[in-house]
Amino acid sequence: MSTIVLLLITGLGLGALYFLVASGLSLIYGLMGVLNFAHGSFLTIGAFIGWEVARRLSDGSWWALLAAMLTGAVVGAVVAAATEYFLIRRLYNRHIEQVLVTVGLALASVALFEGIWGTDPTYVTSPSWLEQTTEILGARIPNNRFMLILVAVLVLVAIVLFLKFTRYGLIIRAGVENRAMVTALGIDVRRAFTLVFAIGGAAAGLGGVLASIYYGYVSAHIGGSLLIFAFIVTVIGGLGSLAGAAIASVLVAVLQQFANFYLGGTGDLAVVLALAAVLLLRPRGLLGAKS
Amino acid sequence: MRSLLTRPTIIIAASAALVLFMVILPLLNISIPGIFPGASYTPGTLQLLAYAMLIAALALSYHLLFGLAGMLSFGHALFFAAGAYGLGIVLRNFSPSWLPAGATFVAAILITVLIGFVLAAFVGSVSLRVTGISFAMVTLAFAQAGSVVVRRNPGGQTGGEEGLTLDVAQVPDALVGVLNTRNLYWLSLAVLVIVYLVVLWVEKSRAGHVVAATRENELRVRVIGIRPYFVRLLIFSIAGALAALAGAVFLLLQSGVSPRVATPDFTLTLLVIVVLGGVGLRWGAVLGAIVYTLLDQRLTALAGSEFIAGLPDLFRIPLSQPLFILGTLFILVVLFLPGGLAGLTRRLGQPRRPSRSNRERTVEAEELT
Repeated sequence: MSTIVLLLITGLGLGALYFLVASGLSLIYGLMGVLNFAHGSFLTIGAFIGWEVARRLSDGSWWALLAAMLTGAVVGAVVAAATEYFLIRRLYNRHIEQVLVTVGLALASVALFEGIWGTDPTYVTSPSWLEQTTEILGARIPNNRFMLILVAVLVLVAIVLFLKFTRYGLIIRAGVENRAMVTALGIDVRRAFTLVFAIGGAAAGLGGVLASIYYGYVSAHIGGSLLIFAFIVTVIGGLGSLAGAAIASVLVAVLQQFANFYLGGTGDLAVVLALAAVLLLRPRGLLGAKS
Repeated sequence: MRSLLTRPTIIIAASAALVLFMVILPLLNISIPGIFPGASYTPGTLQLLAYAMLIAALALSYHLLFGLAGMLSFGHALFFAAGAYGLGIVLRNFSPSWLPAGATFVAAILITVLIGFVLAAFVGSVSLRVTGISFAMVTLAFAQAGSVVVRRNPGGQTGGEEGLTLDVAQVPDALVGVLNTRNLYWLSLAVLVIVYLVVLWVEKSRAGHVVAATRENELRVRVIGIRPYFVRLLIFSIAGALAALAGAVFLLLQSGVSPRVATPDFTLTLLVIVVLGGVGLRWGAVLGAIVYTLLDQRLTALAGSEFIAGLPDLFRIPLSQPLFILGTLFILVVLFLPGGLAGLTRRLGQPRRPSRSNRERTVEAEELT
């Protein structure tokens, strides 16, 4: 019993990380049809700069952590918006070229991060409470998992509220449904594009700081490894669906944890098999719109 | 293209002359400082050229997918790795007493290519159920799974993180050792020529025409009454088999293989090569591979040079990362040079003609109608 609780909550924590990356990917894809390979780099740079700030403030206090998270989100948002503005926008409606540009950006930025911060992982110090464990139903659960889940839920709620109750949210939702119609009504969708990139980048940058708490370190490749699972999550959840991304994040992460524990560390393979199964039974994903 | 078709004999003669030159290159003494690490007969240069030619063969097989069929696959490294690891594992476990040593070696290579074909047929049969961006992600997931399997070292067969070393017991003596780099060079050249001819044959075949038509307009192909799925699957499988062939010779050339070739990053490099050379052109893929490999090698040498170490941080850090320079170059090519290097030469050759591909014109015509 205690093992199952532990695996479930740890899986939820990992799912929270996946969601922070996948939510941006899914929104960007839904609105613009861009598969963003550079999303992992938004995460990595958010994490690196977030911790640089935290280290200068103080080591291991809650304020420093909060500052790191805010900085990570802002840096992610700025870098993502700049990417959209300077690179993606020039290739409007040429989806393959847009993918290629983000691939190039991902390769170049990872190399640049390695040049600046080195190839070895940089270890981070988080508040001591996060490094302790709490006992729930006999399972000793690392406290940082609770924070991951809390932050991801807050981000989910914030994005949903934004999409439901603001004018830009309305434009984005309408754009996902039918972009041509929104444009025809005289609304400049391009500003919404930049905005969606900024939101996705902010979630990814925040996810970067949290991922470094989860793993205990930052490295240039932290974003790339999470990105692949985020891709799987977006496909399983249905491209362009935020709710689908949330559900699939949890399913994929929990499945991964259970397979890792009970099937001898085969979590990654189980996830790929799940992806194959979903594609065979339901090619558009769990909550994806019919194409 | 049209001007080429009117002069087919010149093209064939020029290609034959180029291949012949490459064949006799190890017997000559040519030095190109800055590009070759040494004279053309030295093992170091031959090793580099052989490596570049194998990457060119791999890029050609990727061209079949991306350039011809328009399938953006992020999992092509899987089949290259299957070739390299496959040959290593087959050579270690397959030594029937009824076959002479040389025949065992040839049989092992054939088995490896068959493995590549079957694996690609399996992966393709699942991932081709979706198209476009989803297809890209699914192939990426398969490649990631392959990478995980290789690193986990199942049954002690793949050697995990350390990679697999070639078991030379079944390999002919002429292909073992630094002194025989020349023979490996010729073998790599042969593989490149074979892959080129197969790709050419596939492109000119009925299946090639059907996938090219599917790339342009899938709906029209369906309306004519052809199901694109099986033709695509066939092309995907052939590309997988060709990649496995390149991978198998790669194992012989490097006398080992590391898990790096199984990573999705390796496929991304392949994509960079094909786009750098020029999407949709066979020799573009070859040119891209040669340029990329030589550039990568030279930039790595440059990164370690004293000139770079003496620069201030602002210049030193980016310049000491070859992948940063190549990635930036790639972005610039995508933004400003849509035809790649091959498109550049064509544009320079015929300044008055609009340098648009037929494909762009077709797309435009469709938008008008």
